[in-house]
Amino acid sequence: MTKDHKGEGNPSGPEVDEVSGIQTTGHEWDGLRELDNPAPRWWLIVWMVSIVFAVGYWVIYPAWPTLGGHTKGLFGWTQFEKLKVEQGEIFARQREHRRKFHAASFEQVNQDPALFEFARAGGAVVFKENCVACHGAGGEGRKGYPNLNDDDWLFGGAVGDIYRTIQVGSRSTHVDTHAAMMPAFGAMLKPQEIDDLATYVGSMNASQPPSVAWTNGRVLFETNCVSCHGAMGEGNRALGAPQLNDAIWLYGGDHDTLVQSITKSRAGVMPAWEQRLSVDDQRMVAVYVHSLGGGE
Amino acid sequence: MAQLFEKAEKIYPRRVSGTFRNLKWAAMIVLLGIYYGAPWLRYDRGPHVPNQAIFVDLAGQRGYFFGIEIWPQEVYLLVGLLILAAIGLFFATSLLGRAWCGYACPQTVWTDLFVWVERFVQGDRNARKRLDDGPWTLEKIGKKTLTHAIWLVIGALTGGAWVFYFNDAPTLAEGLVHLDLPASVWSWIVALTLSTYFMAGFARENICKYVCPYARFQSAMFDRDTLIISYAHERGEPRGKHKRGDSWEGRGHCIDCDSCVVVCPMGIDIRNGLQFDCISCGLCIDACNTVMEKVMLPRGLIHYDTENNQEQRFGALRAGQLPPKGRMRWIRPRTVFYAAIMSLVGALMLGAILLRSETDVNVIHNRSPQYVRLSSGDIRNNYQLKVLNKTHFDRSYDIAVDGLRPKNIEMLAAGDVKVSAMAVPANTVGEFRVQVITAPVGAGRTPVTFRLIDRSTGKVAKHASYFVQP
Repeated sequence: MTKDHKGEGNPSGPEVDEVSGIQTTGHEWDGLRELDNPAPRWWLIVWMVSIVFAVGYWVIYPAWPTLGGHTKGLFGWTQFEKLKVEQGEIFARQREHRRKFHAASFEQVNQDPALFEFARAGGAVVFKENCVACHGAGGEGRKGYPNLNDDDWLFGGAVGDIYRTIQVGSRSTHVDTHAAMMPAFGAMLKPQEIDDLATYVGSMNASQPPSVAWTNGRVLFETNCVSCHGAMGEGNRALGAPQLNDAIWLYGGDHDTLVQSITKSRAGVMPAWEQRLSVDDQRMVAVYVHSLGGGE
Repeated sequence: MAQLFEKAEKIYPRRVSGTFRNLKWAAMIVLLGIYYGAPWLRYDRGPHVPNQAIFVDLAGQRGYFFGIEIWPQEVYLLVGLLILAAIGLFFATSLLGRAWCGYACPQTVWTDLFVWVERFVQGDRNARKRLDDGPWTLEKIGKKTLTHAIWLVIGALTGGAWVFYFNDAPTLAEGLVHLDLPASVWSWIVALTLSTYFMAGFARENICKYVCPYARFQSAMFDRDTLIISYAHERGEPRGKHKRGDSWEGRGHCIDCDSCVVVCPMGIDIRNGLQFDCISCGLCIDACNTVMEKVMLPRGLIHYDTENNQEQRFGALRAGQLPPKGRMRWIRPRTVFYAAIMSLVGALMLGAILLRSETDVNVIHNRSPQYVRLSSGDIRNNYQLKVLNKTHFDRSYDIAVDGLRPKNIEMLAAGDVKVSAMAVPANTVGEFRVQVITAPVGAGRTPVTFRLIDRSTGKVAKHASYFVQP
């Protein structure tokens, strides 16, 4: 139809472009007129096939919303089903490793690189889901929440000790929980005495020239603290009493924080995971935490 | 009413013989020979490594090209190759016009092969036209079926050859014979069979006209000294039918026989001048030369020439002078520029291949946490080391850290592993977790360098990292 210029010489007929001799669509923008150049046939065929394809797609797959949900498609395919199948494949692949891990002791896991990497990877996942809220994404901890990368452990840093702590927690509702309890010395000592004590505790591991406060502090320490924290402040894991003569402080080693810790005591809580996670998940987290670098 | 579509006219290229037709046959034989034959070349690389000369090992994540072996980390070599190919195409285009389109493009080569099959079964242009226009006789059905069957076999061979580049060819061929191949291989064979059948059997020149972007921007590489197929307008016009014995006085040499039009695989008339659908294949030159010889006129009414030459000749003729001899300006700013880029990229790639290390180490500093303070007051940083053993031998490495005085470098791993003997099997990547402990010396970041020492050769690979302190 483009070739025979139907509208030529007929003012009421379709407009024909003078230069190219091609009929226009009648659309004009600021003097620019659109020529009616038809698309090639293959393009039209592809377009029509796409429409047919779309109809087929609606029939086979879930597509249209209805009042009660959506059309289900011919085979009832859903992404949830697909996920279930794919997860099933993953679990099937894991089964052999899981069985091996279940039967192995921590010692055996630590001697078998493949099993160790499996446990570490599984532990990392469990850790990210359950532990990062307090201990941080990399187990780096923060004030009041222990850093799990370092070599300072309240209740022991061997992998078995870590597993035990995960099971029972600290000051948790578990019957066997780690239940270390430090008295609040605010009711027992005078503020000046607490101040002296803090001076001593804060510089126990340094070769500080002794001051009067420091000397008084040491006397107070020997009277009140050594039974749990040890004569040199070396701590006592059986009681959960922290080591005081090292470089690591759970709440801070500055004078004001120490005064606060002595006056009011500290009693951070970690939940027990024995009822919440499977035995193997807890053991995997123990392997993971132990592998962060500070394990004993 | 607007028209829904424009009907594509089917093109029936006529048989032609001559220089450029022979060149096209030669190009087809060489290119298809390379395509089908290359995967079967063997190249001995020693035990445990594939011996296929050209091999893209997707599962093993390696690329092999004779003596060159690349890892995914070295994919920049592939980028270099693509740049080289693109600039090479620009270079050839600025000199010779669309030589790629006319002789070497797979679309052209396979279309040529398919037209040859069509002609072999159904006869030349007029016979094919008659067959198409005629009724569906038994003969027509037979000829059409045979044509399409041969096309499909060629398509299947094309798809079949493609998958050999990604698998060990003899093993795959055995699987093919027993019809025992992975689904992915089958789907590639089927996809390439159908695409070859469709592209070379039906789409043909439409790919060049509507799909190929290169056809549309090739004029950006053209200048007035680029070789194009030109019709010697000043010599040919005014055209007209010519009877044997008639005088050539006062008329052009073009006898309007339409030979150049009917042989054209793109269906154009070259006498209308340079046009975007001309793929520069030269078949119209062969057709016209054959005719010129018959009417006993010099060859070259249609010929390869540059726009500059054409204009000079035309100008001289109009001024009544002898036409100057055409000359080709090979060295032009444009061609020099393309050649320079090619040399630069080629030199860089050659350097990268020659200086390729056989061991690489990557060091990733642990950022969560950035550092750990130990009970003793010492500071610890953790790192992940990836050791790439690109040799074909099992190797063992020692590690040292420069720029710091570490108290200790420890390995975190199962079993009894030491940093002084990190074992990495041949042709694999070893991953190690390493921690570096030092006395606190100052705040902030200290740049450090990890040195990986190959214990058997003493060769060193380095990677820069940093050590963080509070």
